[in-house]
Amino acid sequence: MNRIVNKLNENKKLLSIYFTAGYPEPDSTVPILENLERSGVDMVEIGLPFSDPLADGPTIQQSSTQALKNGMTTKKLFAQLENIREKVSIPLLLMGYFNPILQFGVEEFCKKCAETGIDGLIIPDLPVEVYHNNYQKIFKKYNLVNVFLITPQTTEERIRYIDSISDGFIYMVSTASTTGAQGSFGNTQKEYFKRISRMQLKTPQIVGFGISNKETFELATRHAAGAIIGSAFVKFVGKNPPGKIGSFINSIH
Amino acid sequence: MNTYYADKKGYYGAYGGAFIPEMLYPNVEELKKNYISIMQEVSFQKEFQQLLKDYVGRPSPLFYAQRLSEKYQAKIYLKREDLNHTGAHKINNTIGQILLAKRLGKSRIIAETGAGQHGVATATVCALMGMECVVFMGEVDIARQAPNVARMKMLGAEVIPATSGSKTLKDATNEAIRDWINNPEDTFYIIGSVVGPHPYPDMVARFQSVISQEIRFQLKEHENTSKPDYIIACVGGGSNAAGAFFHYLDNKEVKLIAVEAAGKGIDSGESAATSQLGKDGIIHGSRTLLMQTDDGQITEPYSISAGLDYPGVGPQHAHLFKSGRARFLSATDDEAMQAGLELCQLEGIIPAIESAHALAALEKMTFKKEDIVVVNLSGRGDKDLNTYINYFNF
Repeated sequence: MNRIVNKLNENKKLLSIYFTAGYPEPDSTVPILENLERSGVDMVEIGLPFSDPLADGPTIQQSSTQALKNGMTTKKLFAQLENIREKVSIPLLLMGYFNPILQFGVEEFCKKCAETGIDGLIIPDLPVEVYHNNYQKIFKKYNLVNVFLITPQTTEERIRYIDSISDGFIYMVSTASTTGAQGSFGNTQKEYFKRISRMQLKTPQIVGFGISNKETFELATRHAAGAIIGSAFVKFVGKNPPGKIGSFINSIH
Repeated sequence: MNTYYADKKGYYGAYGGAFIPEMLYPNVEELKKNYISIMQEVSFQKEFQQLLKDYVGRPSPLFYAQRLSEKYQAKIYLKREDLNHTGAHKINNTIGQILLAKRLGKSRIIAETGAGQHGVATATVCALMGMECVVFMGEVDIARQAPNVARMKMLGAEVIPATSGSKTLKDATNEAIRDWINNPEDTFYIIGSVVGPHPYPDMVARFQSVISQEIRFQLKEHENTSKPDYIIACVGGGSNAAGAFFHYLDNKEVKLIAVEAAGKGIDSGESAATSQLGKDGIIHGSRTLLMQTDDGQITEPYSISAGLDYPGVGPQHAHLFKSGRARFLSATDDEAMQAGLELCQLEGIIPAIESAHALAALEKMTFKKEDIVVVNLSGRGDKDLNTYINYFNF
């Protein structure tokens, strides 16, 4: 069984954390992962830095630019993660744009993920249809869960389609926006969370974008299986050593 | 047939498609479903054609360049897109897209710009239609293209500096896409070239196809044939070339020549010759050839011409290159500047430095005396005076 699927079966509100590999220091990746697990985080998305992250807001863009300046590459990340499963047991996903994966070779990339102990992928600019027609077989061969995004503008028909080919969780984008903190959620978001919950999808949903603190985490997870914190955490690790990660996580749940 | 045009999913051979995050899906899908039917509406065509005629000043002349012809020993014609309102071919596309945006009920227009020509063309049509206009422009480009920034502001546009990444055209494009993600309801994104997710490359090529449509009937008047032997156009993203090639794609007797910017030389590390230096990949939602590192990070191109320094090329051009339908040449900064000056002195026309790259190809080719050669003169050189002055020490 895939670690993500097992984790979702635990029936608790999951806290998932995103951070950019190679930020703030070239070798931050492993210490951050160890501290996240120690702090009780349920799942982690490790960001592959990209030169042109067009779905990301300023915080993640800046971390990506810095990581690339630090010399981070896909190859280096796999090297850093080589023995990660001796140290960390929570589910790990890689999240990144499609071009670096394409250059690495999609099959080679998936194979490396499997060898490393990566459980899933989130590739925002790999369209659902292209995945379905061209890559699903490869992902399944390496037991990788592929996670799709839905937004408040996604039609019901399309959500059903995405649900039908999803096997881990659905990444529910909270608002029509790039990544980054919003402060709080308004009625539009609350209505959207309820609407999706009423659809009774087979795939659990985890909410992302705009989650930055205890309040937004609790609101987001009222109807969903969990929530992802990205930009707020990236800001935190930009200013604090990995050893302090526990205090950030404790402030959320 | 029609193998060089977009298929239903927006592919040209292996290139094209729509590699976009889900947040953009509804907007791109709406456009994809509607663009052809709207463009075919009688009322749309009437308004579009009327504006091209009365506002842009079309048809643009097809000028027989006698002294240039004598020098290169062929019959050389210049398609005078430089005489369009706002000084380049860009306005053909912005007029088309803003009419489409209106019919889709959008009230706010966004655009990216590199040198500022597309930004000016967009700000112009927004003023004409009374629509809100936001143009994203790299911070570095804002500093080196001050007159165009001022033009956009005079025309009522808000110019927002792109401060991420390399702070040039590709980053301005990223910022425009991010704005579109953040404003999914009321905003229409007018892309300036044959790049971006399907249907943009096809839509922009169709709006620019007025160029080849006019070449056909104008050449008939001059030469009693609608087919030239060669069409030469410069390629950055590739919109003027896409427009000049459009009606000739399936007619292989017409040789298509695309000229990229070699910058300081293809192997100098400062170049924008994507067909030579690029590899398959994804940029701004399209699968195409692009300049990138082994790790798949998009690199910054260089050319003296701000309109040609895009790290990718439109997916149709990638296909024309790979299939051999078009021949890709390149011109260095020096070759383009000399060719630009030559046109000034032989024909009394100051070309945009982008278009000067197309002219520089003449020197690299051998013609038969009776060959008919059309060079697409995509823009005028007023905007480039500073660069010309600095280069030649006038």
